[in-house]
Amino acid sequence: MATTTAAAQAAHEHELLETTVDELKHLFTPRVATGETVLLNMGPQHPSTHGVLRLMVELDGEIVVTAIPDIGYLHTGIEKNMEAKTFLKALVMTDRLDYLNAVGNNLVYCLAIEKLVEVDVPPRAQALRVILSELQRIASHLVWLGTHAADIASQSVLFYCFREREKIMAIHELISGARMMTSYFRPGGVWRDVPAGFEEAVRDFLAYLPAKLDDYETLLSNNPIWLDRTQGVGVIDGPTALAWGLTGPSLRGSGVNFDLRKSQPYSGYEQYDFNVPLAYNGDVYDRYAVRMQEFRESLKIVDQALRKLPKGPVITSNRKVAPPPRSELGHSMEAVIHHFKLWTEGFNAPKGEVYVAVESPRGELGVFLAGNGGPRPHRVHWRTPSFVNLQPLNLMSANHYVADVVGIIGSIDIVLGDVDR
Amino acid sequence: MGLEQKLGNMGVVTTTLETAINWGRTNAMWPMLFGLACCAMEMISTVMPNNDMSRFGMELMRASPRQADLMIVAGRVSRKMAPVLRRLYDQMPDPKWVIAMGDCASCGGIFNNYAIVQGVDEVVPVDVYVAGCPPRPEALMHGVLTLHEKIKKEKLKDWA
Amino acid sequence: MTHTSDSVAALQTRFGEAIVRVEEFRGETTVVVARDALVDVLRFLKETPALGFSFLANLTAFDDWPDEPRFNVVYQLRELTHPTNLRLKVLVPGDDPLLPTVTGLHLNANWHERELWDMFGIKFTDHPDLRRILMPEDWQGHPLRKDYPLGYEEVQFTFNFDEINKKKPYATE
Repeated sequence: MATTTAAAQAAHEHELLETTVDELKHLFTPRVATGETVLLNMGPQHPSTHGVLRLMVELDGEIVVTAIPDIGYLHTGIEKNMEAKTFLKALVMTDRLDYLNAVGNNLVYCLAIEKLVEVDVPPRAQALRVILSELQRIASHLVWLGTHAADIASQSVLFYCFREREKIMAIHELISGARMMTSYFRPGGVWRDVPAGFEEAVRDFLAYLPAKLDDYETLLSNNPIWLDRTQGVGVIDGPTALAWGLTGPSLRGSGVNFDLRKSQPYSGYEQYDFNVPLAYNGDVYDRYAVRMQEFRESLKIVDQALRKLPKGPVITSNRKVAPPPRSELGHSMEAVIHHFKLWTEGFNAPKGEVYVAVESPRGELGVFLAGNGGPRPHRVHWRTPSFVNLQPLNLMSANHYVADVVGIIGSIDIVLGDVDR
Repeated sequence: MGLEQKLGNMGVVTTTLETAINWGRTNAMWPMLFGLACCAMEMISTVMPNNDMSRFGMELMRASPRQADLMIVAGRVSRKMAPVLRRLYDQMPDPKWVIAMGDCASCGGIFNNYAIVQGVDEVVPVDVYVAGCPPRPEALMHGVLTLHEKIKKEKLKDWA
Repeated sequence: MTHTSDSVAALQTRFGEAIVRVEEFRGETTVVVARDALVDVLRFLKETPALGFSFLANLTAFDDWPDEPRFNVVYQLRELTHPTNLRLKVLVPGDDPLLPTVTGLHLNANWHERELWDMFGIKFTDHPDLRRILMPEDWQGHPLRKDYPLGYEEVQFTFNFDEINKKKPYATE
């Protein structure tokens, strides 16, 4: 009795498995059907996939034949939800897309609105935006370094990197009150001026970090374990990378010099003097080297921006878009009316579409914003770098060991909030 | 009390069976790695040196549900992920607890739409809810300590 | 003459009728193309050495329901040396949402087109692997269409707390 039910259960499960393999057979080689290769599920809950990514891996022993990503486990419906909110209220949702680059998401959304509605941004706000974006780039690369190193070689780097990150989060808390999801940038500038301790806190951080970066490089760059596990792994060459739409440090690790901060500068980046690091082999080690150098370039940019920080207003004076300061509400009727209109209805955007792209720590982050004359966006599409960068994973991990797949995912630096939106 | 007085300095402590078992359960609770989204970053920060969670015996995050007894659902649960979440919860052996970390796990957060489960308590029974978007590491530790207090009040006849 | 205006002029000379109109908005140029000429236009833009629009930065769509044609599918192209951006738009009617795939020309269009199928229901002929990508496989409907509801649940305030609490599907064990 027990054996028949157990056998029936096993048969049912085998049937379910057959259906799944049937539907997905076209993705794998024919050897899966005969059982010559094993289909392994690196499921959504996995310590090394940096979030809820599911990989269906076809293995011949320990060698990967095909690796197909299955995404959508973090799909949040942000794009549709933003269509139901006014422009300012939707800003709060943008932080949560690529949660390691929250400030950058705010920035690209604000730039898109400013382009659509034609609002100017004062120079002090632009400089503050640059400082915070670069600090956020450093914070994001710290998480990348910590988790990538923890997956491959060294868990102590994870602890060091998060200790550094606490300092950046303290700066975020100083200016906006929140450690990660600041929503500090607003259409037309930034929310309010930075408080008194800001410059000192940033200077302290700039003085503190370079020594730590030297420590990490000493620990990893010439380490035989690190070199063995990263050199020659996950190679993709320049033209193939471009054909697959790869951008960011993953593209620059293959030798293609393309950085949106240099080629299509935004928010005053043309005033700052920095280099774009490049590497030419296209393997995991080169992508690591590019990002390690990007830390130092970001520190240079923050230093220059802080020295040149101009005085002045931090948000546009266009009262149709930016709210008036609270001190004016006491004695100006127009200020009260503007405040009322902005908080109840919001500002209207004309009918038309714009596409704005910035350089996020992962690659090209773009917003396609369509207005329809009303106070809500008609369509907000996020061209997220991780979504596009994850596609050539199959190409990069063919004929590598299963253990290398983890390193390759780490080197592409995906964030699942970015992939699934 | 009487037994302890008689034995003097021999290092004997008397207590109830309940207290002893509850003490054992709270002080070495192993969380399962279930960081989904942004809250996962603050959960990792809680385990990191600045706000050390290993003071409470919890720095060992086990990826396998068979070896974990606390599931901290950190992040938004989408409709595609909900069956996976339930399956992992079922695979955890008793005794097990669930902390819903963050607004999205507690009530759906700011994402009130077709794609997100409005509160992870629709899928698994939750013991402690920690509010915040994302909650500060101190807030998560407060949630964990609240769970410890809840466990210390548990009675033998509830689960034996 | 800028690279953009040269490209637009070259397109108009080569394709004539298939270029429905050219729009300029906030310094960006959008070329509206007829559906049948889409792949030819993209190939022309990519393979002509003088033009060189080889990078597909973005492939997305938006829904103008209830106006027809309903779907506006947008291809954002970039030429990397200057760099120059150009946008192509194709209007797709709601009762016949079919487009040719461009994965032969731009490899990264693969997942973008899967996302458009998933979110809007626009089918791409000859796509190597057209399945749902973000929603579960057995999901009904296409979420980003304007006639698809947001799917939100009623917010629990203090005045309606109890009646909503009774209907909420709490998991007990």
